[in-house]
Amino acid sequence: MARDLSVQIGSLSLKNPIIAASGCFGYGLEYAGSLDIGALGGVASKGLFLNAREGHAPPRIVETPSGMLNAIGLQGIGVHRYISEKLPELRRLGVTNIVNVCGTTIDEYCEVSRALTDAEGVHAIELNISCPNIKEGGIQFGCIQESTYAVVSAVRKATTLPLIPKLTPNVTDVASFARQCEDAGADGVSLVNTFLAMAIDIETRRPKLTNGMGGLSGPAIRPIAVRMVYECAQAVKIPIIGMGGITCAEDVIEFIIAGAAAVQVGTANFVDPFVWNKLIDGLTSYMERHDIARITDLTNTMTKGK
Amino acid sequence: MAIDVLAEILTNRALSADYNVVEFAAPDLARLAEPGQFVMVKTSLGNDPLLRRPFSIFEILRDATGQPRGVSILNKRVGVGTNLIYSTKPGDRLNVLGPLGQPWPRQTADEHWMVAGGVGLAPFVTLAETLAKTNARMRLFYGGRSASDLYYASLFETLGATLVLTTEDGSQGEKGRVTAPLERALSARGTTNVTLYTCGPTPMMRAVATLGAAHHCQTFVSLEQVMGCGMGGCYSCVVQVNDHATPHFVRSCIEGPVFDASRIIWDALVH
Repeated sequence: MARDLSVQIGSLSLKNPIIAASGCFGYGLEYAGSLDIGALGGVASKGLFLNAREGHAPPRIVETPSGMLNAIGLQGIGVHRYISEKLPELRRLGVTNIVNVCGTTIDEYCEVSRALTDAEGVHAIELNISCPNIKEGGIQFGCIQESTYAVVSAVRKATTLPLIPKLTPNVTDVASFARQCEDAGADGVSLVNTFLAMAIDIETRRPKLTNGMGGLSGPAIRPIAVRMVYECAQAVKIPIIGMGGITCAEDVIEFIIAGAAAVQVGTANFVDPFVWNKLIDGLTSYMERHDIARITDLTNTMTKGK
Repeated sequence: MAIDVLAEILTNRALSADYNVVEFAAPDLARLAEPGQFVMVKTSLGNDPLLRRPFSIFEILRDATGQPRGVSILNKRVGVGTNLIYSTKPGDRLNVLGPLGQPWPRQTADEHWMVAGGVGLAPFVTLAETLAKTNARMRLFYGGRSASDLYYASLFETLGATLVLTTEDGSQGEKGRVTAPLERALSARGTTNVTLYTCGPTPMMRAVATLGAAHHCQTFVSLEQVMGCGMGGCYSCVVQVNDHATPHFVRSCIEGPVFDASRIIWDALVH
């Protein structure tokens, strides 16, 4: 029996629940020569501001136990070059494009979103209110509930595209931020972005990253991310895209049981750019083994108590 | 196109307490490889270390009939991942992803001079083999701290390269830095059109780039940066270049590792 892997997030239709995470897959086209990026559930683009950004001076990453820190600083080409240089080819390849939108002001978030709404081939907006690595914008909207509500509701008015704010785990109660997004009209939420973290070279006593601090990702953070997805699933009705340290199909399934409708995979793609088929195959065989017809039947099904 | 191979280790040859050469069985990858490209090697099967490590493709291994059967890497112990690679055994399997990055560009100069420091020899065997096929005139300027840092020089001699060896302690070749005989040779070359290729410690590459510019020689560098993915996904391995109105970062995994040296903003390069 064929297993139904499709997922709906607002008006966004995904052929399967496996999405390449923003900041971990370039603009997608980098991988098009080696794999069929149209077969992914979706591709979350690198974060885009209105204008191009250079990002931070290297070193931008450092490896940590079962994880890594990054402080890339949202280097990017800006929304207009994305639309003119990347989208046509992404469209041709049949990619489901979830464009990660950044801003330093609410106006910028809205302007970038409007440009994407007018473009052909954008399927959803992931609102980046959670990057820990830049001073202005981003996380300042993701750490104060009123600001989260303000930016999400403003962008909601600026676009008809499915709107998915990406939440930071660097708050006390992530579920309350998911609720703000739901109240402001979001179609879903994605979480978690990286955990603000630090690594120090003990010989030089300098931080290992030029930026000082960076975001922790990889298997090291997975149990915390699963807990946060679970908390949000108890708090909101809109679909959740879960992420944080997924490396294999078992990890995907854990997030879905915790409450995720779909997942994103980031750091694992650095380790294995061909991880995608393994995840989808593993998911399908789990569904067969447990006689699950539709992947949506598995979401938020954790057994509580004994 | 890159492929990922769970490749069996055919041999692991220790060259010293720090250097070794590991041969991987990877015929499909070897068939795709071009001189100057690199591979990303997963140094363990688990999550720690998590990220792969970049290595120049040192040799394209061939069977008796000349068919590609694998690739080798030249490894130097500097951290956890390279220590694991140093201690691998024949029969072990590691994931090897590649070939990646831009190869050395094909040049039509009268002579091709390679300038290597230590483990920076790695991208030159494949270049020398390619140049040898066209009977191109080539030299290898090869410097190390002492004689025990200089490997495979005789291979280059076999391929027809003229060797210029230097050691800082004078234990082999000329005593001092490799850029000293390079500068003399550039000054003495007359009207000969020379292309320079360099890989090694950043100060050495910078000095070679400076000499190349001063002597109007096309100069290419192969840079090694801290790298997350090798495919252009993570934006961690950037180097700053100057070919637009303002300096900007480009990814060394997909625009490099080979760059025209005149593009590089050396002050911004991480050592």
